[in-house]
Amino acid sequence: MMRKAPSIVPACRALLAAGLLVAGGAAFGEGNPRDPYEGFNRSMFAVNEVVDKYAAKPVAQVYDRATPLPVKAAVGNFFGNTGMLWVGVNSALQGKFADSGIDFGRLLINSTIGIFGLFDVASELGLERHDEDFGQTLAVWGVGDGGFVFWPVIGPRTLRDTAGWGVDYAADPVRYFDPTGVRDAVSIVRFVDIRASLLPSDRVVEEAALDKYAYIRDAYLQRRLNQIHDGRPPRLDDDY
Amino acid sequence: MMKNLLALAAAACLSLPVFAQQAPNDLVQQVTEDVLEIIHKDREIQNGSTDKVIDLVDKKVLPHFNFRRMTALAVGKDWRKATPQQQQQLATEFKTLLVRTYANALTGYRNQKVVYKPFRMKPEETDVLVRTEVQQPGNKPIQLDYSLELRDGVWKVYDVTVAGISLVTNYRDQFAQEVRAGGVDGLIASIATKNRSLEANQAKAEKK
Repeated sequence: MMRKAPSIVPACRALLAAGLLVAGGAAFGEGNPRDPYEGFNRSMFAVNEVVDKYAAKPVAQVYDRATPLPVKAAVGNFFGNTGMLWVGVNSALQGKFADSGIDFGRLLINSTIGIFGLFDVASELGLERHDEDFGQTLAVWGVGDGGFVFWPVIGPRTLRDTAGWGVDYAADPVRYFDPTGVRDAVSIVRFVDIRASLLPSDRVVEEAALDKYAYIRDAYLQRRLNQIHDGRPPRLDDDY
Repeated sequence: MMKNLLALAAAACLSLPVFAQQAPNDLVQQVTEDVLEIIHKDREIQNGSTDKVIDLVDKKVLPHFNFRRMTALAVGKDWRKATPQQQQQLATEFKTLLVRTYANALTGYRNQKVVYKPFRMKPEETDVLVRTEVQQPGNKPIQLDYSLELRDGVWKVYDVTVAGISLVTNYRDQFAQEVRAGGVDGLIASIATKNRSLEANQAKAEKK
């Protein structure tokens, strides 16, 4: 959901370590087998809701209102393009070499004809945009998900996807932007852009959920399963 | 973003005369395009008139959904524990919840383009997945799939999946939680309470 803002990373690491301790020592009795750390998760969810309400969301709303659509599209395209190299690497790591070729082709086309990625020319040409990250690669390699965790700031992740996120973070080109002032500014814009793209779903979740935490958790887990299987997840048993 | 998709999801079906012979993918496409056209033209809907959209969804979309099946899917194994009367109540409340939530999503439809994925089915198939994709400037395209079932010569939608998230089975754990806490009647009561509070919020918002 919300990713990769370098300035908060040390804090994240500390929380991650603390979380792993809690998670490791916690056997929260019965409850949902997919959510073994539910007690911890629900408190972190509550923390995140407050941070979002008073910081992330208001900023994203201002950005959303003040920015004309072509600019927003260019910003989204730019960040999509900066991540394309890593998407291509992950496609290859999962053995999807044809996809990987398309990913690198996209990077090449959009970085040149698309002017540093501001325009998504590759999509216009019919080159499909894939969605890969290292957490998915781990899943394809057979790593189990390790249970669901709700982290402060970075939000929902399974343990496996938390590890994947760490690797994604290390491979993030924006991290190597120079000088650091530019890097931080770009990271913040990306964070705001991602949060702004989620604004329309806020109301839906608010209205649809009986239990907002559980709704978000289950939506996250379904979405990840779908990503891991590239849009064709195994069917859930009807079970009634 | 998701709101708009949900809009399209809700736009799944339109009350044109349904021909049993009409392929499920054609049905989805026809209905989507027709509903989007109505939304495009209707200023009141674009300005967020909940009643107007609920009306549109009621008339054009709902006839093509099998709510009983959807509710059973959402409730999961507790469905069998419910009496026929409870099942009826569950389906009614769940329908109200989904319609209200996703009708609101329809008002946010802007700047998107729907692309229909290639579709193939064998003539004897009675359960199919129709795949579409919503493209939007600057964002990843979003997968929007409809599960349809042929019953009594009519195709009806029983599940909608947005970016891999089923709007129906995503309720399963929440519903199971309510049933554990208060039985089937407890679940009916909590959905009804939720519906009433959404209604009250709407009334409040319209007064402003």
